[in-house]
Amino acid sequence: MSRQRRTGVGRALNLFGPFIGLLLVIALFALIPEVQGRFLRAANFKSVATQSVIVALGALGMTLIIISGGIDLSAASNIALASVITAYAINAGAAPILAILLGVLTGGLVGLVNGGLVTRLRLVPFIVTMGMMGIARGAAKWIAGNQKIDAPMTWVNELMSRSPRPPWLLLAPGIWIVILFAVAMAVLLKYTVFGRHIFAVGSNEATARLCGIRTNQIKILVYAISGLFCGLSGVMEFSRLTVGDPTVAVGLELDIIAAVVIGGGSLSGGEGSILGTMVGVLIMSFLRNGCTMMGWPNYIQEIIIGAIIIVAVALDRLRHRTA
Amino acid sequence: MRDVAAAPSVLRMAGVSKSFGATRALDDVSFVLGHGQVHALIGENGAGKSTMMKILSGAIAPDAGRMEIDGRPYAPSGPADGLRCGVSMIYQELNLAPHLTVEENIMLGREAHTAGWLDRKAMMRKVRESLELVRHPEISPEVPVGRLSVGAKQLVEIARALTNRSRIVVMDEPTSSLTQEDSQRLFEIIRGLKGQDVSIIYISHFLEEIQRVADSYTVLRDGRSVGSGTMEGTSLEDIIQLMVGQKFTQLFPKVEHTVGEPVLSLNSLKGTRMASPVSLTLSKGEILGVAGLVGSGRTEMLRTLFGLDEAEGGAVVVSGAELTGRRPWTRIRRGLGLLSEDRQGEGLAPALTVADNMTLSDLAPYRRHGLLSPSRQRRAVAGLIGTLKIKAKGPDQKVGDLSGGNQQKVALARLLHQKASVLLLDEPTRGIDVVSKSQIYELIGGLAREGKAVLFVSSYLPELLGICDRIVVFHRGVLVESRPTSAWDAAGLMAAATVGRTSREKPIEQRNTV
Repeated sequence: MSRQRRTGVGRALNLFGPFIGLLLVIALFALIPEVQGRFLRAANFKSVATQSVIVALGALGMTLIIISGGIDLSAASNIALASVITAYAINAGAAPILAILLGVLTGGLVGLVNGGLVTRLRLVPFIVTMGMMGIARGAAKWIAGNQKIDAPMTWVNELMSRSPRPPWLLLAPGIWIVILFAVAMAVLLKYTVFGRHIFAVGSNEATARLCGIRTNQIKILVYAISGLFCGLSGVMEFSRLTVGDPTVAVGLELDIIAAVVIGGGSLSGGEGSILGTMVGVLIMSFLRNGCTMMGWPNYIQEIIIGAIIIVAVALDRLRHRTA
Repeated sequence: MRDVAAAPSVLRMAGVSKSFGATRALDDVSFVLGHGQVHALIGENGAGKSTMMKILSGAIAPDAGRMEIDGRPYAPSGPADGLRCGVSMIYQELNLAPHLTVEENIMLGREAHTAGWLDRKAMMRKVRESLELVRHPEISPEVPVGRLSVGAKQLVEIARALTNRSRIVVMDEPTSSLTQEDSQRLFEIIRGLKGQDVSIIYISHFLEEIQRVADSYTVLRDGRSVGSGTMEGTSLEDIIQLMVGQKFTQLFPKVEHTVGEPVLSLNSLKGTRMASPVSLTLSKGEILGVAGLVGSGRTEMLRTLFGLDEAEGGAVVVSGAELTGRRPWTRIRRGLGLLSEDRQGEGLAPALTVADNMTLSDLAPYRRHGLLSPSRQRRAVAGLIGTLKIKAKGPDQKVGDLSGGNQQKVALARLLHQKASVLLLDEPTRGIDVVSKSQIYELIGGLAREGKAVLFVSSYLPELLGICDRIVVFHRGVLVESRPTSAWDAAGLMAAATVGRTSREKPIEQRNTV
């Protein structure tokens, strides 16, 4: 009986732990008089949310991968590649929707190759995706001719607009897309057989195989889905920049991974949640936003976010011990 | 080979062979399992039992031979296919996903769903039923399995096999981590399954247990089937003889040794994970047995003593001086050595070589100017491999590739190598074959003769009675009784361990033993 109650408390902590962090970050800046006024404005929250879209989309897929016990270091390169492809297609006169599709599918293809290499060659995901990180980045630069690709303005560029049309959308379409997919992935993880099998593979792959789960199929799918999200994220990147820039998002994979980890994901697999990841994304965005408002230099932001990652994981361990 | 199935057979394996490289793991083995029968599969580690069961489950394919279930050819393409054909396995190493809940683990791979959407209610119902079936309805289906005790995990594993409605259930050492009480329940479950026409292949090192539950047996030795028959009218001695061929003489070799002066004393030692303080004294040349149920506090005492768990009170005196350091390395310096009950997870580094594992706790002799000399390491270890009769290709073989018995000998060899004078052995013979067991008993006896002190924790009463000079019993964290071995019998030990007192009218108290 007591065991069950304890797990109840543990679960509550697990669920709300990241939220507490988020509230602390918001409260921190809300209490500093210099920035209070600007920071707490709805417009600012809106802009933070818009700035979060690119990392958030990447982190949705990364959450699945990390739960399954894998990692994807090629996410950021993949985003850059997809943004270049999208720009290239629009520039070549393709219909915007077709360009978006091409961008997303390029991302999916990169993910599929990642998954294929991890399962078929039985290579460690860290190595495979580290290799793919270079390959995708190189391919992006190659296709773009080592420069930015300018593209004519289309409605694609409004996906990340802070004043969306029609106005009743209130938020940028990109934010709605993130919310839609976040709900879809959370449901997928909790209420489908596939979702449960992702957890099983990450928790104990040998057991999963023994129970007749096609572990390779699960992994390939997870990497492919994550690739699709990177592709979509690349489209958003293009939408924001209005050019296809092959050098964009360098190092962003670490932000994406950090978001998942701050949100309770375990790099050894079997743990993680979409809600947690989204909160993790917001924690980092608000920190950046607040630091910028304070006029703190970039390096201060880097140090703070680095510390937050370590503290978040340390708190996570503590939570598990008390639970 | 005689055909033993009086009942119509559900499974037949004929002429099954399997080689791994140059080693012939199975050589022309035939096997018949009768309807609703419990058939014991017996053999030393490395005799081919697990290979045979892997073939049956579909995890590996045989090189030759064929299998039939109910007269129809059976050639599973993988474990999932084996499951579909009604073959369930309960493995010795627990095969559960720690982050998933009890319900999720039990239903893993056969979730109830509509077009991919989980039907939680239906699954919950099934899981409750199966937990009812193993008579542990108090296990909550919603608790992550990682939080359960080893025994409870084993029950979850059994429940998983039961929900599959299998025709054939293979149980590989199912009682190795169960308490006496849960073992009894398991036997009842097995009887129930027989009544439902489920056939069981039962693998165990506990021969007494086999005698109780099995209808028939097959003995494997060196990949061959060397005998089978009905359990009735077969003595344990016959089976042991079949298992070991000519090499086996005596299970508990007598090694003369004399008990000297005290070398270790625990004065009301209390650790954070111990239920109550423990006092006891161990002398040079003494083998002190520690009996008790799984979870009775024996392991916690050893771990506190060795500095793995935190101490919060009391004192430990080694050779007249109190221990001051808190960490294991300080204890090793004072001559303590611990053999972990968890060989795979803690006792050994499976990916490292035999030489590295043996010398890990004392690398100083092989260091010169800060550099290790692997050749001197190998030379030093070669002697130990011989003394302990370890079957390994050499010092450079990975420990993970050895059989369980040989792994355990490597773990023991580490304590010898670090020249421990007080050996704390936690279930040193768990899950290993009879011959290795006997060799380990002999080794322990030899250590006592050299004047080393041995604290020997075991759940296997015959071995405690067979080799110890004195036995203490734990019950719910309390050391309830200490007597010379001659004053104990199995029933007395079991009574003390299960109810906390013996048949005599001794009060339950913490006794400070000499």
